[in-house]
Amino acid sequence: MNGLNPIFKRELLAYFRSPVAYVFIIIFLIANAGCTFLLGNFYDSQQASLEIFFLFHPWLYLFLIPAVGMRLWAEERRAGTHELLLTLPVRLGVSVFAKFLAAWVFIGVALLLTFPMVFTVHYLGEPDNGPILSGYFGSFLMAGAYLAIASFTSALTKNQVISFILSVIICLVLVLLGWGVFSNALNAIFPVWLTDALSQFSFASHFEAIRRGVIDLRDLVYFTSIIGFMLLINVVVLESQNK
Amino acid sequence: MIQVHQLSKRFGLFQAVNQLSFEVGKNEILGFLGPNGAGKSTTMKMLTGFLPPSSGTAEVCGHSILDAPIQVRESIGYLPESAPSYGEMLVEEFLRFIAEVRGYSGTSRDRQVDRVLELTALSDVRRQMIETLSKGYRQRTCLAQSLLHDPPVLILDEPTDGLDPNQKHEVRELIRQMSQERTEKGEPRTVLVSTHILEEVEAVCSRALIIARGEIVGYGTPEELLAQSRYHNAVLLTLAESEAQTVQAALEQIDGVAQIESVPYSGAGEARMRLIPESGRSIAVDVQQVLAREQRTVSEFSIERGRLDEVFRTLTTNR
Repeated sequence: MNGLNPIFKRELLAYFRSPVAYVFIIIFLIANAGCTFLLGNFYDSQQASLEIFFLFHPWLYLFLIPAVGMRLWAEERRAGTHELLLTLPVRLGVSVFAKFLAAWVFIGVALLLTFPMVFTVHYLGEPDNGPILSGYFGSFLMAGAYLAIASFTSALTKNQVISFILSVIICLVLVLLGWGVFSNALNAIFPVWLTDALSQFSFASHFEAIRRGVIDLRDLVYFTSIIGFMLLINVVVLESQNK
Repeated sequence: MIQVHQLSKRFGLFQAVNQLSFEVGKNEILGFLGPNGAGKSTTMKMLTGFLPPSSGTAEVCGHSILDAPIQVRESIGYLPESAPSYGEMLVEEFLRFIAEVRGYSGTSRDRQVDRVLELTALSDVRRQMIETLSKGYRQRTCLAQSLLHDPPVLILDEPTDGLDPNQKHEVRELIRQMSQERTEKGEPRTVLVSTHILEEVEAVCSRALIIARGEIVGYGTPEELLAQSRYHNAVLLTLAESEAQTVQAALEQIDGVAQIESVPYSGAGEARMRLIPESGRSIAVDVQQVLAREQRTVSEFSIERGRLDEVFRTLTTNR
C-alpha cells in the first residue's frame, strides 16, 4: 500500500485548503437542521431520538455527496496533475482508494459536526444511545456508497458539473428504487418479482434498518459492495482512458 | 539505460508514434526534437507509463514498461509538458508529498526536499503557495519534484518552456550538471529532454533525435546534424562594393562552390556575399587562394558551421 498515506493526507489537506469545504460544511449543517426541525417536525414527534434526523440523510446526500466527490478526478484531469500522480510508483487502485478515503473522512468530519443534535435529544429526554450510534455509523457507510459513485463519475470527465449531474442521477435512481411511489410505478411496467429485486438495491431501504438501530450484515455487505464495485470500475475507467 | 523497441501509439485513426526504436546510453543527454504534434510527448508518456503503447515496448534501466511499470516509474524522474503541480499546496508541502509517495520519511525526506530546493534555487519561495508563483517558479517546482528521488533516468518534456532567458540558462546548466553527476547509489545518469528550441540542443545535448509524424527523421550529435545543413562550411565574405563583381566572377570558378548569394549588408561602400559549397565540402582554403591570387582584401572572412533550424526544417518537412 505504498503511497496510500501521503496521497490520503494530500487530498484531505486539499479539502480544507479550499473555501468550498467550509461552504459545504455550513450548508450540510443548515440542511440537516432544516430537514429535521422544519420538514420533519422534530418537536411534534415528541420523541427523544434521532430517527427523524437520519430519515432525511438519503435525500440530503443525494446532492451534497456528489458535490464533495465531483472534484476527485475531474479536477486532477483539468489541472493535469493526474499525469503526475499516475506516473508516480503507486498502483492505480491505491491512488483511487486514498483519494476516496480522504473525501470520506471529510464527510465524516461534517457528519460529526452535527453533534449538537445528540446533545439536543439528551437535553429533551432520555434517548436510547444504541440507535443514535448505529444511525451515525449507517449514515457514514451510506455516505461512502454515494461517494464511491461520485468518485466514479468524476473519473469519466474533466468537467466537474457533468460529473456532479451524472452522480446525482445514479444516486437518485438508487434512492428512488426503495420509495413506494416509484416501486408502484415500476410495477405497472415490470413484473412484481423484478421490482422487488430492484428495490433491494435501494439506499433508503438498506439504511432504514440501521437507522432504527438494527445492524444487519446484509445491509453492511450491500453498502461495502457498492463502494467496492464503484471504486473498481473507477480504476477501470482511469486505466482505459488513454487507450 | 533506455531502450525503445518499435514503440507505436495510435489514437483512433491518428498514428501518433510509429514504430519508434532508439536507445539512450549512460551519461547521455538525448535531445528529443520535432515539430508540435510529432509524437515527442506521446513517446515520453509511454516511457513513464502514463499511456499504454498500442504496440512495441521499451525498457528503462532494464525494466520493461509493460511488465514492471512500478519499477520503471521508480527509476524515472518525470517532468510532464504542462509542469503540473497542486496549486493549493506550499512548495515544500508539495515536495514533501512527492518524497513521501516515493518512500522517504522523516529526516531523509526533509534532506531530499532541502537538496532539490537548493538545486533548483527555490529555497526563497519554499513557504509560498504554488498557485501564487510565476510560471518560471512553477516550472522549477515541478522540475524539483522530478529530482527528489535522485533518479538514474530523467525524462523532461520541454523543461525550459515559458522561462525567461536567465531561467532557461539556469535550467540548462542544471540539466547538464545532473547528467554529469552520478546518483547517490553511484549510477550514471541518463537524460531524455524534449524541446523545440534548437539552440538548446547545441547547448546541452550530447545527441539529438529528430522525429516527425511519429517517425525518426534524423539522429546524431549536434555537429553531425549541422553537417547536413547546406550552410555547413559556407564562407561569408565582406569586401568593397566596387570589387564585388570581379571577385564573385573569380570565386565562381572554384570547384566545389555550388552557389554564391549576396547577403544584405548595411555597411557603406561594402558588400557581403555567401559562398555555399556543394554538399558541405570545405572550400575555405580554395577561397583564400583565389583571393590571394587576385590580390583582393576582404574585411570579413568567416566559415559557417551550419544551421540547425534549417536542418530541422528540411528533415521534418521534406517527404
